[in-house]
This record gives sequence, C-alpha cells and structure tokens, in this order.
Amino acid sequence: MKPTLIALAVLAFGASAAQAQEVVVKIGVAAPLTGTQAHLGKDIENGVRLAVEDAQAKGVVVAGKKVKFEIQAEDDQADPRTATTVAQRLADSNAKGVIGHLNSGASIPASRIYNEAGIPQISPASTNPKLTQQNFKATFRTIANDVQQGTAIGKYASTKLGKRVAIVDDRTAYGQGLADEVEKAVKANGGQLSGREFTSDKATDFLAILTRIKAQKPDVIVFSGMDTQAGPMLKQIKQLGLDVKFITGDGGCTGEMIKLAGDAISANAYCTQPGLPLDKMPGGKTFNERFKKRFNADVQVYAPYAYDATFALLEAMKAAGSVEPAKYAPFIGKVNFPGVIGNVSFDAKGDIKEGAVSVYQFKGGKWDAIN
Amino acid sequence: METLLQQTVNGLVVGSVYALIALGYTMVYGILGLINFAHGDVLMVGALVALTVVQLLQTHAPDLGPVLTLLVSLGVSMLVCMIMGYTIERLAYRRLRNAPRLAPLITAIGVSFLLQTLAMIIWGRNYHTFPQLVSTMPLQPVAGVFITPVQITILVVSALLMVGLVLLVNKTRLGRAMRATAENHKVASLMGVDTNKIIASTFIIGSALAAVAGVMFSSNYGIAHYAMGFMPGLKAFTAAVLGGIGNLAGAMLGGLVLGLVESIGAGYIEDMSFGFLNSSYQDIFAFIILGVVLIFRPTGLLGERVSDRA
Repeated sequence: MKPTLIALAVLAFGASAAQAQEVVVKIGVAAPLTGTQAHLGKDIENGVRLAVEDAQAKGVVVAGKKVKFEIQAEDDQADPRTATTVAQRLADSNAKGVIGHLNSGASIPASRIYNEAGIPQISPASTNPKLTQQNFKATFRTIANDVQQGTAIGKYASTKLGKRVAIVDDRTAYGQGLADEVEKAVKANGGQLSGREFTSDKATDFLAILTRIKAQKPDVIVFSGMDTQAGPMLKQIKQLGLDVKFITGDGGCTGEMIKLAGDAISANAYCTQPGLPLDKMPGGKTFNERFKKRFNADVQVYAPYAYDATFALLEAMKAAGSVEPAKYAPFIGKVNFPGVIGNVSFDAKGDIKEGAVSVYQFKGGKWDAIN
Repeated sequence: METLLQQTVNGLVVGSVYALIALGYTMVYGILGLINFAHGDVLMVGALVALTVVQLLQTHAPDLGPVLTLLVSLGVSMLVCMIMGYTIERLAYRRLRNAPRLAPLITAIGVSFLLQTLAMIIWGRNYHTFPQLVSTMPLQPVAGVFITPVQITILVVSALLMVGLVLLVNKTRLGRAMRATAENHKVASLMGVDTNKIIASTFIIGSALAAVAGVMFSSNYGIAHYAMGFMPGLKAFTAAVLGGIGNLAGAMLGGLVLGLVESIGAGYIEDMSFGFLNSSYQDIFAFIILGVVLIFRPTGLLGERVSDRA
C-alpha cells in the first residue's frame, strides 16, 4: 500500500507542479439538500454548478493565473442550527465564497459565521430584510427582499386595483414588516389608506375586523400573513358580501391558499412573489433550455438567482485581480453586469438593485403571472 | 347602525360556539373542581374525525346528499368523542380524584399535548379543507346584515343543545344525580348515587357537545387542523370563568358576552380610544372585561347561584 500512496503523492505533486499557473478556488453552496425543501436546495446547487461550468468553458483568468473552480455543496436541512454547523465547515475548508442559504432563518445565523471568517455570502433565496441589515460587509442577495415586496404590493394595490386600500396584518415579524412597507408605498403612490387592522397568526375569525373594514368602503384589502389565514379570510370577505379586490404577499401565494379559500376565490384575488417568473427573465428562456439539457430537471425557482450570484463572485474576483476574499470582497458591491434575472448590481446594504417582484392573479384554478 | 348590527350578529355566532364549549368546562368543574384543559382538543378530534368520515362518505356513498352526510359524520364524531371523553376520565383523572388539585390540572395539560400529538401523527401537520356541506355564501341581506346558512345553523343548534342540557340537568333523574354529586360526592354516594357513573356521564356529555362545536367551527371556517382546539378552548375557558365557572347558565351568558365584547371591541376600540388603541388589542379587550368583572364579582357574572351548578 505504502509505495502506491507515495507514488500517487509524487504524481499529484508532479501534476500540480506542471500546472503551477492554475489556482483552485472552492465555492461553497449551502441549502437544504434533504427534507421537504430538497428540490429547492438542489435547484440552487445546480444553478451554481451551471455557472461554474459555463465560466470554466470560457476560461477564467485572474491575475494571470487560470482559475479552476470546485464546488462544495453542504446540506443545511433548512434548519438554523445545522446552518451554522455547515457554515463553519465551509469556513474551515477554506471556501472563497458561499452561495446560500435558502431560508432566511438559516441565512441569518450563518451569515455571522461567514462574516467572522471573512467569506463573502450571496443568498439567492432569503428575503427577510434583516439579512442585509447587520452591517456585514460581504453579505448580499440576488432576490428582492420583503421591503421591496411590500413596496411592490402597495404600489400595485393603490394604482392598479383601486384607490382606497385597507391593510390587515398578523402581527408577526414577517407580516408586520411587510405591511409597514405596503402602507408607505400606498401613501407614496397617491393611494388612500382606508384603515389598518390587525389579527394574530392563530386567529380564524376575521368577521369583526372585516365588518369594520367594510364600513370604511375600501376598493382593495391587503393581507400580510400566511396562506392558512388568507384562505379563511377570503371566505369571510365573501360572507360579508364585501365586493373588493384582495392581495397577499408570498406567504399567501401558494396552492394551499387556493385550497383553503375554496369557492370564495376568484379573479379578484392577487398575490406577489419576489423574483420574476422564468419566462419573463431576460435570459430565462435559454437558461431554462440549457438547465434542462444539463441536469434533466426543470428550474424550480432559485437556479437563475444562484447562477447570477455565482457570476457576481467571479466578476468581483476579476475586477480585484485576486481570488482571496479579503481582496475581492469589496468589489462585489461594485459589480454591474447583465445576468439571467436582469441587471445584477447591489445597493449599499447588499440587496439587489431594482429587485423584481411579480404579481399573480387567480385564474383557471391557479396563480397566473401578470405584468 | 348597519355595522353595529353586523358586529352583533358576528359576536352572537362566535359567542354561541364559545358557550357550547364553555359548557363542557363548566360541567366538569362543577362536579370535580377540575379544569379540563384537554377539552379544546376534544373539539379538535371531533372536527378531524368528522372530516375523515365526510371524506369517506363522499367517495363511497356520494348519493347520500350533503345533509345526511353531515349528520352521519357528526354522529360518528360525537360517538368517538364520547368514548374518548370516557377513556380520558377513566385513565387519566379518576385515579387522581383525591390527589392535590395541582396533580389533575397538570395531567389535563398532559392529556391536551397527548391528543394534539396523536392527531398530528394521524392527520398530519397540514391544514385540511373542511368540505362545505352547509353553504357559507351569504343569504339576501336583512337590514344590511349579512348572514350565512351555516351561521344560522350554528345559532339554532347551540340554542337547542343548551336548552336540552338545562332540561337534562334540571328535569331528569341523571340530572338530579349530577346536581347531588356536584354538591357533595360523599353524601351523594351514601344516598345510593353511583358517583363514578355520574362523573363519567358528565365527561361523555361534555365531549359530545365539544364534538358538535368542533364540527360547527370547522364548517363555518372551512378548516381543520391538529392545533385548532387551542384558541377556542382558551376563549371558552375565559367565557366559563366570566360567567361563573361551575354554573351552566353562566357558561352560556359568558360565551355570548365574550363573543359580543370581542366583536364590538375589535370594531370600535379604535374610535372609542380616539385612535390610541386598535384591533391588535382585540384579545386584550376581552381580558380587560374579564378582569373588571372578576374584581367586582370574584365568582363571575352568575357565580353565586351555587345550587344550579352541575
């Protein structure tokens, strides 16, 4: 055994000596790769893989050296605690940058570890505003956050659905945060706030607040909360004979919501999701075809965001002329290039500029993308 | 005016469900001095069992029609809950009857967790859509007030059940035995009342009422879920205390008052406090009323008429 090992080592040494001009750069991917969200996590990993292969095919040269990328994919199980373990593992194995995580609940605790280790992190999926509000220098995201989503809901509701807007939120961090942004946007766009009502994330009866809302005669009701309440709420709106449009954020933009609302849901129901539907992205169509060919799987949601996030890292490395995080991290905030999802550039906090938010309308038994 | 009327109707519908559940709390408390915290979860099991039966009937006997389907599933769910109520009493509470009061209370909380976990294993974590067998679409509005057939059903069924229960307690032999047991176990058993049997029947009746309340709750809101019993259970317990726990009429009054206070409170709190408070204080408002009532009447609204308790 021993001689073989030595021989191998010599071989390896010889090989690396022969290609002294090549540097290996490890890119970490952290997402749930098992469990109920495994398909979404794999989507992210494949997006990164496609980006790395594309870059490799063209050849990446940083500071005169050829760069060879390696992917280290870690499973965070959509769990905050596992996310920190995984983050530490990536830091220990000297990853030069991380694409991940999927869930805000995982991204936020992990971001602290990446920050301490000085590794840039770009999340292709986490929308909670807090992620980029921690004053970490190298925490970014390529998807719109909930502030951007709230602004989009408020603007759409007050300009397209009617002038008088009533807002209901469920007093959770998500619901309240989103509703505050909606309120600002309604006022900014010349809409009228007819009333703001509150419920809890455990309530099932909304008749009292809806009756109050009815007396204020709104054109549209915005609900900022989850699908399990949006469904019954829509039902009770019908029960009170309230003829209004209804719009929720991504928490209510699910198939579950449609199921729970039963026959109360109609084309008067709208919802929003951060990000564009694939066929509306500038490079969406070709991306989808190539992705399908390479992985024999459909793009779920996040692959294009992961793809562009990977290229954001590459662009910054090229601009900095270094693959070392300490050197190239300050350049991530300055990247500006056309990606699959649109133009990729970040604001001072690390959020994507002009992050897209799509509006969906209930049509033919499902949520149908409009505009 | 229209709004006030509508809020009153909203409050009465919610309140009558609270009242129905509160009866279960108050009957058990009246007889055993035990707060049966698992009562809300019996409601949940009732709703989920009915859901399963409705789904079975809809696939295997689709020509049964909505009314019969609902009645059969209600019957099955009541039966399951009655057996469950009896079992809970027999296994969890009977042994602790002479233990310090804290022991059965903690046991009740344990039973509540047990039922929720079992339901989670059987029915899963997801919200289920409860089929609409009675329409939830509003009827022609009267004086600007919208009411749906299912809400009318709730009002009528709860009223009938409450009257029935009062008659049972006050006019029948079983009722007399229940009142006797409530007054004094030992003396009642000396007089030849089988107190074990009476206590078991109290649990059985209370569980049947909870099953009905669960089915009505789920039909009205169109959902069923393993944790759905918690909030109505808590509200109904509040209603029972508000009315004077241990007192039947008190539970009914407490339920209706709580429903009305919540509904009108959520509707007018912002105007009444000149914008200082808003509907996020809906629940607090109900508890403020509870606090005020208990300060002036520590035994609840109707608490002093102990002779009525059962």
